[in-house]
Amino acid sequence: MNAEDGDQASRTAIGISFGNSYSSIAYTVDEKAEVIANEEGDRQIPSILSYVSGEEFQGTQAKAQIIRNPRNTIAYFRDFLGKSFKEIDPTPCHASAHPVEIDGGKSVGFTVQETEEGEKSTLSVSEVTTRHLRRLRQSASDYLGKDVVATVITIPSDFSDSQKSALTAAAKAAGLDVLQFIPEPISSLLAHDAKQQLSESSSGAPKDKTVVVADLGGTRSDISVVASRGGIYSTLATVHDYELGGSSLDQVLIEYAAKEFMKKNKNATDPKSNARSLAKLTIEAENVKKALSIGQTAAFSIESLSDGIDFSLTVNRTRFELLANKVVASFGRLIQSAVQKAGLDVLDIDTVLLAGGSSHIPKLSSSMQSIFPESTAVVAPAASASAVNPSELVSRGAAIQASLISEFEHSDIEGSTEAVVTVTPHLQKALGLASGKDGEQFSLIINADTPVPVRRTAQVSVADGGDVLLRIAEGEREIKVTKEEKPQTNGAKGEDDSDDDSDDEPEEVREKVWKAGKVLAEAGIKGVKKGGKVEIQINVNTDLSVTVVAREVGGKGGVRGELEATKA
Amino acid sequence: MAAAAIQLKTALPSLPDGWSAEKDFKPMGSLSQPTSRAIEPVGPHFLAHARRKRHKRTFSEDERIQAEKSAKKTEDEDVGEISEPEDPMMLQREAKDWKSQDHYAVLGLSKKRWRATEEDIKKAHRKKVLKHHPDKKAAHGQEENDQFFKCIQRATDILQDPVKRRQFDSVDENADKEPPSKKDVQKKPGNLYKLYGPVFEAEGRFSKKQPVPQFGGADASREHVEAFYNFWYNFDSWRTFEYLDEDVPDDNENRDQKRHQERKNQNARKKRKAEDNQRLRKLLDDTMALDERIKKFRQEGNKEKNKKREEKEAAEKAAKEEAQRKKEEDERLAKEKEVADKASREEGKKAKEAAKNAAKKNKRTIRNAAKDGNYFAEGEPSPKDIDQALQDTDALILKLDADELAAVTSKLQGKSGADVKAVFQAETKRLVEAGKAKDGELKTFS
Ligand SMILES: Nc1ncnc2c1ncn2[C@@H]1O[C@H](COP(=O)(O)OP(=O)(O)O)[C@@H](O)[C@H]1O
Ligand SMILES: [Mg+2]
Repeated sequence: MNAEDGDQASRTAIGISFGNSYSSIAYTVDEKAEVIANEEGDRQIPSILSYVSGEEFQGTQAKAQIIRNPRNTIAYFRDFLGKSFKEIDPTPCHASAHPVEIDGGKSVGFTVQETEEGEKSTLSVSEVTTRHLRRLRQSASDYLGKDVVATVITIPSDFSDSQKSALTAAAKAAGLDVLQFIPEPISSLLAHDAKQQLSESSSGAPKDKTVVVADLGGTRSDISVVASRGGIYSTLATVHDYELGGSSLDQVLIEYAAKEFMKKNKNATDPKSNARSLAKLTIEAENVKKALSIGQTAAFSIESLSDGIDFSLTVNRTRFELLANKVVASFGRLIQSAVQKAGLDVLDIDTVLLAGGSSHIPKLSSSMQSIFPESTAVVAPAASASAVNPSELVSRGAAIQASLISEFEHSDIEGSTEAVVTVTPHLQKALGLASGKDGEQFSLIINADTPVPVRRTAQVSVADGGDVLLRIAEGEREIKVTKEEKPQTNGAKGEDDSDDDSDDEPEEVREKVWKAGKVLAEAGIKGVKKGGKVEIQINVNTDLSVTVVAREVGGKGGVRGELEATKA
Repeated sequence: MAAAAIQLKTALPSLPDGWSAEKDFKPMGSLSQPTSRAIEPVGPHFLAHARRKRHKRTFSEDERIQAEKSAKKTEDEDVGEISEPEDPMMLQREAKDWKSQDHYAVLGLSKKRWRATEEDIKKAHRKKVLKHHPDKKAAHGQEENDQFFKCIQRATDILQDPVKRRQFDSVDENADKEPPSKKDVQKKPGNLYKLYGPVFEAEGRFSKKQPVPQFGGADASREHVEAFYNFWYNFDSWRTFEYLDEDVPDDNENRDQKRHQERKNQNARKKRKAEDNQRLRKLLDDTMALDERIKKFRQEGNKEKNKKREEKEAAEKAAKEEAQRKKEEDERLAKEKEVADKASREEGKKAKEAAKNAAKKNKRTIRNAAKDGNYFAEGEPSPKDIDQALQDTDALILKLDADELAAVTSKLQGKSGADVKAVFQAETKRLVEAGKAKDGELKTFS
């Protein structure tokens, strides 16, 4: 991509996270991404529009209308964009305006009383999106004092082409030029890495790692397994659950509160059976849930919940966690299924990055920590103080990407993001050195799933000096399972094969071990001095030929060799 | 760009003796086939990649198409139409009758059932929701009937909860495979395996231990078959029967009745579990009785046994015969020896007698020789000479054994006079030299 065109340079581009439940806008100042608050002071802006007496409300104000004015309040519409009526799941809209069929079923709309008087109108999802984005753009422009005209918008990794083109058109109508769509999980990872780089003030590429990005949102959860190699991201697998999210946890609290209410008020109407009561309960449940992410207790306090009866109920975190057990377990299983789908083991995962609003919940991050080994870093506010606010990760990443490409021309961006550029051969096997007496040990230099071309340098100390052999090989990762016998005091010798006692089953210890596989080359380095160091550089070229350079650090000369390209 | 060098903690091997390579580098192989994936066009490091890749290069249309096709897909295909036809009767179900509902059929998973993964269930649920959501019907102006939608929700609730799912799977009769009849099994040779394989595959869903050994075919090894029956006779099943519990009244008033019902349920579960164990045992007994492999192995076993027995018997017989033979031989030898001994004893007796006789005869000859030799006197012997001569001759004879007697006798053959004395003298001298006689003891011959 080249920054050439003069009048492109001045345009202001922001990052937008357009979520099904919340949206957020961000901008970069001095390479640092910042989330912008709207005029109400919200950084998490509900993706909701509401029409009240001919006036349009957005965000938190609109959300409040779900109680009083549900049928004229449009929520959870993003996932309907670019879809036919047949393809959508209207469930999340149950408490607000219901989606209707328009264009003969080709798209989806909402019928609301838009104007103070007269006929109701049916707004297409595209139109609703445009209005929402226009509001976001306005908020950003007001905040920055500059007219925002371009954006990078994040989308779920499974967004189809028709969803993308509908979103492009809707944004355009809102005065926003979509520079690029980027997947939400990748955006989160970019924001996380950028923060990491900044705090470590390192300028090179981030360390190679395999990351699970778990975006736990309001109505859905999207998990991606990503290989991060030299700062380049390759998605290995994704799974989606369109029904598991923060609202599943709200539901748990709603059930509990309703039950408690009925216990106290035996003859009252069940608040769940009345739309308005349920709406009140729903909004309050979400508040309580959020408060429990920080505090140990939180309280429901609802005026006139049902039959005019006020309701208050204190819930402590432990209670909530107990109630939420099952839902938490579902999150865990979903994430594990993603790891499995990528053909990996939990031991292969270096980092679990928790993104999305629900990632604030301490129990979710502690449950991740128990699923993954100790060597895996779980990044969430409850697990690490340096974690970026998970509600902000997505939009911050978008802002960073926007700042990177805002000066490029469209054609340039398109040219760089098309498959010819992005589709790249990735190493199937890890590369490294085989050592040990049978040459079966393996020291990793370049991990599997690394895109080519790639160059890595490694150093090895040679304590005794002399002539040494470098054996360049592919490596295989194996999961070694050993049963660790519980230390037993009564030496029950001789009956060692009768351990069928289920209650003290030996604990399984699983570890990841590297084994050397196919040897690709040998190189001899002669006359290394005592306590010296040998350096080896492996270059995998675009055509899959390999260049190896090895020498003694500080020594002269060295060995250089080539391996033929792999034949397809 | 230059990333810091990776520090490896490993001990490099020394160059093996005789290792040599041109320029000290020995190529031995190529990289394994790579995986083609799309990298994410995001972030500063991607920009560098794109710049490198696009540098002074335009891509042809072919390359574009090729690139798109070769990338490994990470997103699943869109949830399409529901593939399993929906039984109109099922669509009429009331949500409250959920206990008798076939949850898999409701989700369109009647083929997969217990084999359905969590993801399968999620996807199936999604498909059904998209089709049957009541708001969609309302949007179409149809009457708002959410009964079947509730059935869908209930089915998903149960199947997505691992505990509830097991409870339902435990009693999911539609997943059961009835064991075949004996007649069917015996109709055709291969039927046994074709018909019983699926029975045990279905039965295996209840196993705590997975994977479960499969029934196998006609040519399964003896080890396989033995392991199979071993496993199944020790089957560890998670099957439970809570799902068939009768409802427990949940008002607080009827506490006794509640407890009573709970106890009844507990007992019913236990009973069903016991019956189920029995059922499985019978299934195994029946299967085993029909299992030709067992028969085959038994026959093979019998043959083996027979062979072994015969061998053993033959060996025993041979041993017996051998013993008999040996006994006879011993007896024969003993007899022979006895005969020989007897013969030799008699012979010895005879010889002794002969020797005795010979000695007697020799003694006589020697004694006579003294007379013939004129009693060793010169001239007419005096009675004293005679007496001395005979006395000495007898003493000499006494000192001689049978052989010496014979030898002297033979020397005396045809001798007379002084010659006789010479023989006697020589003999005496020999005896003295041999220490058998004292010098001068035999005066006559000294
Ligand atoms: N502090 C918090 N603690 C617990 N849940 C939270 C918190 N903040 C937001 N959430 C929940 O996160 C969900 C929204 O996630 P988010 O990623 O912002 O939205 P989207 O669904 O649009 O991707 C909601 O269910 C919300 O209640
Ligand atoms: Mg989101």
